[in-house]
Amino acid sequence: MKAMASIAPVYQLANPTRFMALAARIVPWLAGLTVVLFAIGLYMAFFIAPPDYQQGETVRIMYIHVPAAWLAMMCYGVIAISSFGYLVFRHPMADVSAKAAAPIGAVFTALALITGSLWGKPMWGTYWVWDARLTSVLILFFLYLGLMALRNGVEDETLAGKLTAVMALVGTVILPIIKFSVDWWNTLHQPASVMRIGGPTIHPSILWPLLVMALAFTLLFVVLHLKAMGNEVLRRRVVALRMRAVQRAANLEPQGPAREAAE
Amino acid sequence: MIALGPHAAFIWAAYGTTILLVGALIAWIVREGRVQRRLLEELEARGMGRRSARAREAGADEGPRGRDDGASQEGQ
Repeated sequence: MKAMASIAPVYQLANPTRFMALAARIVPWLAGLTVVLFAIGLYMAFFIAPPDYQQGETVRIMYIHVPAAWLAMMCYGVIAISSFGYLVFRHPMADVSAKAAAPIGAVFTALALITGSLWGKPMWGTYWVWDARLTSVLILFFLYLGLMALRNGVEDETLAGKLTAVMALVGTVILPIIKFSVDWWNTLHQPASVMRIGGPTIHPSILWPLLVMALAFTLLFVVLHLKAMGNEVLRRRVVALRMRAVQRAANLEPQGPAREAAE
Repeated sequence: MIALGPHAAFIWAAYGTTILLVGALIAWIVREGRVQRRLLEELEARGMGRRSARAREAGADEGPRGRDDGASQEGQ
């Protein structure tokens, strides 16, 4: 019974009306917290963190590049879990979650690629190399675009949701490839230095600003995802009401004169 | 301006792109919310309110709630 009580809020979130009410209450607070965390994180990144002994000042790009790359992968994880939830439990809110997360994930992935490229030019001497890590993240970006294109390309929204969910689950294979690409292949990209067995190898003066920025980016994702999910629920209500309006008009028009004639 | 060494342009470009892309994403999501809310209000003004809302107004028994807010398009 205790377990049932603890998962009850999750079930309540599955009800769109309750989700909308809860999101409306918490989004402003989360948005405020996100702004505060970004302010602290940016202050630490520019005024407290020292230049790196090898990268110099360009290490400051890492405070956006690394969180963006983490979020790019986490967002795909959210889509994968939502897609699984939609295919197994057929709950519309799982589909809403998967749909709302795709454009956000695409933006974070693009940011990881662009900021990485802008770091690569001064540090590696090139904007781009076809190295395993960079290429697998580029594939992740195309996967996001593919998910959005597939959904837009299928008119029947239920079918579009199911097809997109299958594609998202198949695409999940990219996540371990990205994570372990730096171990499996000889890449130019450096290996893991934060999430690794044996703890981070980064000095706390650089690690802390990075973690604050990562938290700020994560909260930004949560805020945007909740808001985008709310938008999708509203859009579906609009579609449902329009269909009802059409049905009502179709039912009334032919029946009116016919009934009069019969009477 | 903070002194960012010889590669300052790359650092500013990275932060500039981030602000631009995240700003565009936020603007798009906020705008989309406004557009859908306005469309919904227009439909409701034309008497196309939600069944559950109308049932509440009429004081009738609503039956199972939450399956009638458009998010359910399963058709099951």
